[in-house]
Amino acid sequence: MKFCSHCPQGGCLRPCSDPNPDMSDLKPRKILLVGNPNVGKSALFSRLTGVHAVSSNYPGTTVGFTEGNLFVKGERFRLIDVPGAYTIDPTNEAEEVAQRILLEGADIVVITIDATSLERNLNLALQVLELGQPSVVALNMVDEARHEGVDIDVEALEKELGVPVIPTVAVTGQGISDLVSRLDEARVAERGAVKGKDRWARIGEIVRSVQTIGHRHHSLRDRIEDLSVHPGWGALLGIFAILGSFMAVRILGEGMIDLILDPIFENFFMPLLEWTGSLLGGEGTFLFRTLIGMTIDGEIDPELSFGLLTTGLYVPLVMVLPYVVAFYAVLSFLEDVGYLPRFAVLFDALMHRIGLHGFAIVPTLLGLGCNVPGIMATRILDSRRERFIAATLISVAIPCAGLQAMIIGALGDLGGRYVLAVYGTLFLSWAVLGRILHKLLPGFSPELVVEIPPYRLPSISGIGFKLWLRVKGFLIEAIPLVLVGVFIANLLSTSAIMGSFSAFLSPLFRGVLGLPPETAGPILLGFLRKDIAVGMLLPMGLDPGQMVVAVVTLAMTFPCIATFIVLWRELGLRDMLLSIGIMILAALVAGGLLNALFALA
Amino acid sequence: MATTLCSMKNGQTGKIVLLPPGMSGRRLEALGLRPGKAVTKVSGMPFSGPVTIILDGRQIAIGHGICCKVAVELFDGGGGQRS
Repeated sequence: MKFCSHCPQGGCLRPCSDPNPDMSDLKPRKILLVGNPNVGKSALFSRLTGVHAVSSNYPGTTVGFTEGNLFVKGERFRLIDVPGAYTIDPTNEAEEVAQRILLEGADIVVITIDATSLERNLNLALQVLELGQPSVVALNMVDEARHEGVDIDVEALEKELGVPVIPTVAVTGQGISDLVSRLDEARVAERGAVKGKDRWARIGEIVRSVQTIGHRHHSLRDRIEDLSVHPGWGALLGIFAILGSFMAVRILGEGMIDLILDPIFENFFMPLLEWTGSLLGGEGTFLFRTLIGMTIDGEIDPELSFGLLTTGLYVPLVMVLPYVVAFYAVLSFLEDVGYLPRFAVLFDALMHRIGLHGFAIVPTLLGLGCNVPGIMATRILDSRRERFIAATLISVAIPCAGLQAMIIGALGDLGGRYVLAVYGTLFLSWAVLGRILHKLLPGFSPELVVEIPPYRLPSISGIGFKLWLRVKGFLIEAIPLVLVGVFIANLLSTSAIMGSFSAFLSPLFRGVLGLPPETAGPILLGFLRKDIAVGMLLPMGLDPGQMVVAVVTLAMTFPCIATFIVLWRELGLRDMLLSIGIMILAALVAGGLLNALFALA
Repeated sequence: MATTLCSMKNGQTGKIVLLPPGMSGRRLEALGLRPGKAVTKVSGMPFSGPVTIILDGRQIAIGHGICCKVAVELFDGGGGQRS
């Protein structure tokens, strides 16, 4: 074992500040963190690793896992946060991944058990112990268990399981240093393997001998928990949660843009861009057109110039990132409080009718901020079929924040009912298209089976850690997509392809949508740049009905090039093309029906 | 009296008798729901929405399609609550 020069005694838990501790000859030993979902595993993980953690997909799956470093007495360990599982006899994709990671072997397995639900947690614990890897048990949430009148005899549990058991409270950090210092006591449980029904019998035996349950009153929290899944009160609470979330996202997002990011861009980056522009030889050169884009009235406009360094950076970093950060902050809060599963219960009946289950409401809501993270979040769904339906519906009928600004900008002056007509059409399209996909696609709609954890007061550091991982993921995954998108848009808008394509399509626009042929240009351009498309539609003298049709068509076709690319990445080429085909068909049908309706009125 | 999770009334307590076969039954068992366990129904969402039950003091929500296949033996009186 090697020690860094700073701490010859060892014992520090943080990454060493020595940039070159000599540990090159050591392949770090591997520690796995396993446990049921909602047992405080990620809180434990963040306590153990600090901020230097990386989330990635398990090869060949859409299931993510997190990996970080843990330093004990100068030795570096690889710590892997295995996806939450109820059993390693897999019943879903996350459990399959958990099983595969466990079967790859480990030097130490830390089994995290929720002390408030000993019986169910022991099922996984015994299965993992049967694998015969050196293990320790972190008996987490002992404070909450005590509060609920559950008393667990730790020494007796150690004897029963045959491995060290360390009581912890991950959210406060209690017991973490004990856990770390006893990692080297990890050992292989000696009791023979028990299977199936025998395992439950064995669990019953253990629970009877180590756990005593005192009297417990029906608390206020129980009342609120019961009301949250009550049809009436639960729906009311759900509406408050949605409204509150959107308000929080708006206030946080706008605050970050107005107070921090816009001033920085305006005062520091713009002068730099102007200087770069003059260095590149001014407008007209290829480099200027690619990097800076075109000038609007002689000025560089970060939103409209569409260069890699202007719009390519401004849109993702200044316009989208703040909302994404705000969205993720609110989402992480709702997740840690324990509200999301209750939300899934409320929406399950609706989502079930379009072939999804209640949890698909989460990516859908995310899509209202920005379609890119929304579509990425469809990974939480179990089957490929569900992911296809959810991703397609998001890209067709869920308007992102930018698109909503466009809808209101184009129609707000004409009257609220036209804005409402657009939103209503989008919602109807979402429901009808979902229903059709559900009926047409082979496969079945999975049933919701979900544990609803008790409401808990989240810890700021826990939310911060999650937020940091998610924002890091967004920066690494989404920004390159936007840059590629802007680059492609640049090439297309300066070439002649768009013009001839819109001439080819204009009869369709007149016949089906009832729009003048010259609107074909802006709507096609909307594939690339919605803002400009709206700007070009406004002076065309369309009547309000035509404007609604044009805006709906614009909104339902590609939200933006970044969404196109993320669809490609998440679904693969074949399914992406299918999804795009559905999108165009749906836009034409919805626009055509609206046109027919307006013609009747 | 024998019934199923979805036709139980809110607040009623019963003992699980039989789980559906296949993956959904295994999923329920992994969550700790298995024959012999006592459960209390908290609520059922309208329009064939999920049913929420309490098992060992913990809420579990189960889709309508599955919980109609979970056979339950009602306890007498049936007004039990959380333990």
